[in-house]
Amino acid sequence: MTTPNLTIDLCGIKLSNPTVLPSGFLGTSKSLLKRVADNGAGAATIKSVSFEAREGHKNPTVIPFEAGMLNAVGYSNPGAEETAREFANIEDVSIPVIASIIGTEAGDFVRVVDKLSETQFSAIELPLSCPHTPGFGLLAGQGTPESTKDIVSAVRKATKLPIFVKLSPNIPEIWNLAKSAEDAGANAITAVNTLGPGMIINIEARKPVLSYKVGGVSGQALRPIATRCVYDIYEAVKIPIIGTGGISTGRHAIEMIMAGATAIGVGTGIYQRGIDIFRKICREMEIWMSENNFNSIEELIGIAHE
Amino acid sequence: MNEGFEQPVMMKIDKIIDESDDTKSFMFRHNLDYNPGQFIMVWLPGIDEKPFAISSFGEDFFGFTVLARGNFTKLLHNMKQGEQIGIRGPFGHGFSIPDSIKDGTGSACIIGGGCGMASLTVLIEKLQDYNTTILIGATTKTKLLFKNRYKDITLFTDDGSEGRNGYPTDILEDLHKKHKYNIIYTCGPEIMMYKVYEFCRKYNIQCEASLERYMKCGIGICGQCVCDGQMVCKDGPVFDSQALGKMSDFGSCSLLKSGQRVSLKEYGEWIGC
Repeated sequence: MTTPNLTIDLCGIKLSNPTVLPSGFLGTSKSLLKRVADNGAGAATIKSVSFEAREGHKNPTVIPFEAGMLNAVGYSNPGAEETAREFANIEDVSIPVIASIIGTEAGDFVRVVDKLSETQFSAIELPLSCPHTPGFGLLAGQGTPESTKDIVSAVRKATKLPIFVKLSPNIPEIWNLAKSAEDAGANAITAVNTLGPGMIINIEARKPVLSYKVGGVSGQALRPIATRCVYDIYEAVKIPIIGTGGISTGRHAIEMIMAGATAIGVGTGIYQRGIDIFRKICREMEIWMSENNFNSIEELIGIAHE
Repeated sequence: MNEGFEQPVMMKIDKIIDESDDTKSFMFRHNLDYNPGQFIMVWLPGIDEKPFAISSFGEDFFGFTVLARGNFTKLLHNMKQGEQIGIRGPFGHGFSIPDSIKDGTGSACIIGGGCGMASLTVLIEKLQDYNTTILIGATTKTKLLFKNRYKDITLFTDDGSEGRNGYPTDILEDLHKKHKYNIIYTCGPEIMMYKVYEFCRKYNIQCEASLERYMKCGIGICGQCVCDGQMVCKDGPVFDSQALGKMSDFGSCSLLKSGQRVSLKEYGEWIGC
């Protein structure tokens, strides 16, 4: 039996396998993206960039718990100009790299896109869905069909690159947002961002552990919700979906693809299984696919709907 | 997954020791699964969390040492015995001890500079009965940490106020001729560690250096403490010659809290050391 083919075509971008590093994990430098590529990821996303530099929230910003992780980093980033410098010659990284861009108003996103216009990113991702940073995502009112359309339309005019829109699992009718994004010219949906926010209190200290008190929930706790979101979005749009949320094994990845994802995000799992989790997941997918007579990812996408 | 505590555990300060005019050690009666060179994250609830080296360690106790230099460390200095502090960890990859040192056939040198000494104390305790040279340097007399804890140590100050006038690296060549070191461990200002690393490379000696970078998650996922593809919190803080040789940021650059890459000089001015 031949080894199953894990390659995918994500709106014209060729990936050697469906695993994608989501924004906010390790994406601070080109050197780390190279390492992620060396460990088998199919594509990688940089840490979200705003026009101006941001220091983010105080520590603790990330805290694991028994069913995943809680984070409120607060979008620390060196700003668009520094980011353009850090990721100049991004073609040195052997896999496609996605630029995650944040802003408050549509015009802010466009200003960042313009600053990055000389860099060789493969796609632009717009996380309109962060649950814990004032001025951004849900706290800037970006989780509505109107705001989604407004921002995606503006960025559509500013770039020819594929646009991915990252949505929040908090929105009950998430497929409406996906539809708005598609109508405004988005090329893919990333589903989902972290859930919540949630809170963990240290009962001896009698205080929330995160300095920002609340943070987005990722990992195992999020996975069934993410899978349902992807399932719903798949029925509503034609553009591909990057299914993200709690995936840490090949079985999880296949489940997400069956729900309708073309690619899958792997973030919190890095903490649980190490940076080589991308290679581990691919190997597990290959074994399962061989045993179950699947030759390609394409044969699996959305089959839970049949 | 990391052993130890994923989430901060509140621990009572058992004892506070004044190490110098601006440095204190905080002691806890608590068991910790720890290797020399690893670090802990210290949490002041509602305020901030920062990484510290373990500077004292035994079966049922540990301690860490704090130089008062910013708001967080000054708040720590104001704390009293019996009050509680949050601890998570230990995290990271510590020092290794080659067989040649354990079986007594080889010799080691430990070089500490300034507050970097806090990362080396438990290693010194582990190695002091073997063939080990201990060199401690600081800018001035009052900054020489732990000088009374050990016998047979050589002290250096930049201003000559105690011990030899100069840097530990000044006499390395002579010491190596005599002792034929198999390994040199170092922690201190990065400019000093870089000199030690270059010396080791020249004489083909194994080197292990403990690096310092601004940290956020402490568990190897956020990328804040990156040093050329290596995460100082998880792959380090201790790196060997082979890893250091691949890190062009070693001895030159570090990331500010925003993620902006700046020279070590600018980083040092920001972090206040």
